[in-house]
Amino acid sequence: MSISIPRLRVDGLRICRSGTTIDVASDVSFSVTAGEVLGLVGESGSGKTSVALALLGYARRGLMISEGTVALDGVDILTLSDRELRGIRGKAVAYVPQDPSTALNPSLRVGVQLREAYRAHAPDQNGAELRISELLDEVGLPATPEYLSRYPHQLSGGQQQRIALAIAFMWRPSLIVLDEPTTGLDVSTQRLVLETVTSLCRAHGVGAVFVSHDLAVVSGLATSVAVMYAGRIIEHGPTERVFGAPSHPYTRGLFEALPSAEFAQELRGIEGQPPQPGGRPPGCSFAPRCSLRVARCDTELPGEVVHDGRSVRCFRATELVASHARISIQESPETQESPETVVTPILEVEGVRARYGSAEVLHGVSFVVPSNSCVALVGESGSGKTTLAGCVAGLHKEFQGELRFKGSQLPPGPSPRTEITRRAIQYVFQNPYASLNPRKTVGQIIAQPLEHHLDMSRTDREARIAQTLDDLSLSRSFVSRFPDQLSGGERQRVAIARARVVDPELLICDEVTSALDVSAQAVIVELLRELQGKRHLSILFVTHNLALVRSIAQEVVVLAGGVVVESGTVHDVLEQPQEEYTMRLIKDVPRFKGAMS
Amino acid sequence: MTAEIRTSAEDVLAPKIRGQWRAILSRVVRTKRGATGLALTAVVVLVAIVGPFFSPYSPTALVALPFQRPSATYLLGTDALGRDVLSRVLSGGWLLLCMALAATILGVCIGAAAGISAAYIKGRADGLIMRSADVLLAFPQLVFALLLVSIAGPKLWLIVLAVALGHAPQVARVIRAAALDVSERPYVRAVEIQGVPRRKVMYSEILPNLVTPLMVEAGLRMTYSIVVMAGLAFLGFGQAPPDPNWGIMINENRVGLQSNPWAVVVPALLISLLTIGTNTFTDAVARVAIGVERQPVELTTVVAGGQE
Repeated sequence: MSISIPRLRVDGLRICRSGTTIDVASDVSFSVTAGEVLGLVGESGSGKTSVALALLGYARRGLMISEGTVALDGVDILTLSDRELRGIRGKAVAYVPQDPSTALNPSLRVGVQLREAYRAHAPDQNGAELRISELLDEVGLPATPEYLSRYPHQLSGGQQQRIALAIAFMWRPSLIVLDEPTTGLDVSTQRLVLETVTSLCRAHGVGAVFVSHDLAVVSGLATSVAVMYAGRIIEHGPTERVFGAPSHPYTRGLFEALPSAEFAQELRGIEGQPPQPGGRPPGCSFAPRCSLRVARCDTELPGEVVHDGRSVRCFRATELVASHARISIQESPETQESPETVVTPILEVEGVRARYGSAEVLHGVSFVVPSNSCVALVGESGSGKTTLAGCVAGLHKEFQGELRFKGSQLPPGPSPRTEITRRAIQYVFQNPYASLNPRKTVGQIIAQPLEHHLDMSRTDREARIAQTLDDLSLSRSFVSRFPDQLSGGERQRVAIARARVVDPELLICDEVTSALDVSAQAVIVELLRELQGKRHLSILFVTHNLALVRSIAQEVVVLAGGVVVESGTVHDVLEQPQEEYTMRLIKDVPRFKGAMS
Repeated sequence: MTAEIRTSAEDVLAPKIRGQWRAILSRVVRTKRGATGLALTAVVVLVAIVGPFFSPYSPTALVALPFQRPSATYLLGTDALGRDVLSRVLSGGWLLLCMALAATILGVCIGAAAGISAAYIKGRADGLIMRSADVLLAFPQLVFALLLVSIAGPKLWLIVLAVALGHAPQVARVIRAAALDVSERPYVRAVEIQGVPRRKVMYSEILPNLVTPLMVEAGLRMTYSIVVMAGLAFLGFGQAPPDPNWGIMINENRVGLQSNPWAVVVPALLISLLTIGTNTFTDAVARVAIGVERQPVELTTVVAGGQE
């Protein structure tokens, strides 16, 4: 290790809602040295993005930085004027936003945007071209005039993000803040972008703060991690210590919720919800959800305890590490092999070709979903997996080829299908924030398919809804709530309840966990697994996350560019992939360095 | 509107319906703009509704010489025919208001139905509805109303219908744009793939999500209705002559502007206050509605630094 030059030192940072004492983050302290990548991890709402933005001296509308110092190369940026701040943003500290497709201006050519970033801090335009070609070379993009004259939409997501990286590295900042920069990218692109980030930080002695909810990505990239919960850093230390033997009960919980690409595993989500800003308990914020809580946790705020190479905010940290350094991972019985092929498959897909206008996105896809089993449909973005799910569900009508449900043909679109078929195939959408009508109560949402498909008395219907809510471990009181009063995980469970309530035979789940945190994801996956076992349900589970496949599916179909590349049992495909594409996909899944080593 | 988003199971399952209208309105009233608009509107509406009971003379009785200046007996003087201006002002508002309200409700309903259908059904229906709307839009609203009235005679219901038909295409355009967005949302798709009939999807899934644009549109159309109604009355289309009406009053009494300006100024002032009031209030609704669009924190894209 080279001599570490401190780049950033944050001390006692506190961010409040404007004009109140309600804090979204408090008592946040950490430091970053040159070349170091600090992973700031936490679930949505933990305050990580607010902290990240504070590093640029910025607070989102409605928030203000009320206490603390953010010292960048020794200068407290929170004391600077707007004008001085403008001078350092983009120069001494740079920001890479989450979604490059919205962060880059769609109507300016990328060359113009790069030059703009140069001009922001340069007296004149001389040297811009040289610097730009140098940068593009570093991020692995061609610096040809043709490339620079492209518009952002002419680049892939990964290329867009690398342009954003080039803009951020334009002035060789001391610190770079990356806000979930790889969330929208598929695994292979993600790996490339992450490699670029690490090599640039190392090469130029840049300190980086990497905000992410993806523990696996952080473990491979960050030299140290800070885990945030309810606005506080609850565990902070070198990555191999924190992830190797997590000692805060919350960090442990996160690990148990995390699916693994290596082996099938029972995922355990953390029960309950994190407290909202302003509604935090007087003691430890995690205490209400903690299984290891003692009386003291409810009344007293745990201070930082430094031990075993990291600092932890937990009264029981020392004894916990001593008692069992490793987190226990419960392996579930490896893939219950699907009952053999004699049974009529519930769904047969044969030579399906689907189009959007004149562009064909599926080129003759065939596979089978056996009854009572879960088939995972895996592929990168653009592979056509959602289109295929849409064809089966009746969402996408432009297709040829054969779809057979229990032996009888499925016409395109919902209207030509029989009432019974429509009821028997239910679909769960990717984004629970968009798939529930914001103007309806949970009760109304779940009652809708029930009223439509089944002629039931009101009492029966209410009983059925209550039963379904129980099945999905949702409180019965939710019937009168509106979707915006629920968390993401709860919303997705409501969406599953809506599909489940009419007793379908085939449930299509389209990336149902991709908008959720790991602990919410774990809860959903376990619930689906339980439903499948108990209710004789077949599931077509569409996902880009190979690690999830092990935990839920018995069979897997790998889709790439609109064709099936490989299919078979989960065990066969993931252990002995035959195709190069599958091997690459498996290799690119971010993996833990730490816990499993 | 609240009644429309009810489903039969709802009564027991969801005893508390969140009154969208009420929620938005209560927030609007708390803004300065909203309170001002409401106050102005309320004053004029109060005059129009309670006025007839307080008019000192019969609004049609000839009580004195024409164009008398205000005096203790005739507080606002007399008009062109020697009738009491105050009595006519107090009695001349309610019918105007009722007609404007009826035209607004009718126009917004027709327009919303057309707009939602066009957005949701798409294809030929969309083309047909929106091109017909374009044809109607080609006539200025007042001219269109005059055209209808001069063909079929100055019947009150016809005036209401004419003004409503003038509103409908404009409402349809705004609502179509909003409904286009809503109709592509996954929650609408989720209901569609159950095989639910279109009419029901539009009514119970899309419509409840258009409450805010509908409120803004209704307020705006109300303002226009008042203006057009008063304009038609001014031109002589409206109530039959002896009956009082603010619009007619302006026309009848303008010749005597020098002798008794109050006979023109007061009705004109009331019409102005009312339109300013409804317009200000609508503006406040629109502003609140923009702030109402809450997004879950997880999906909010954070704008990169350098702002504020």
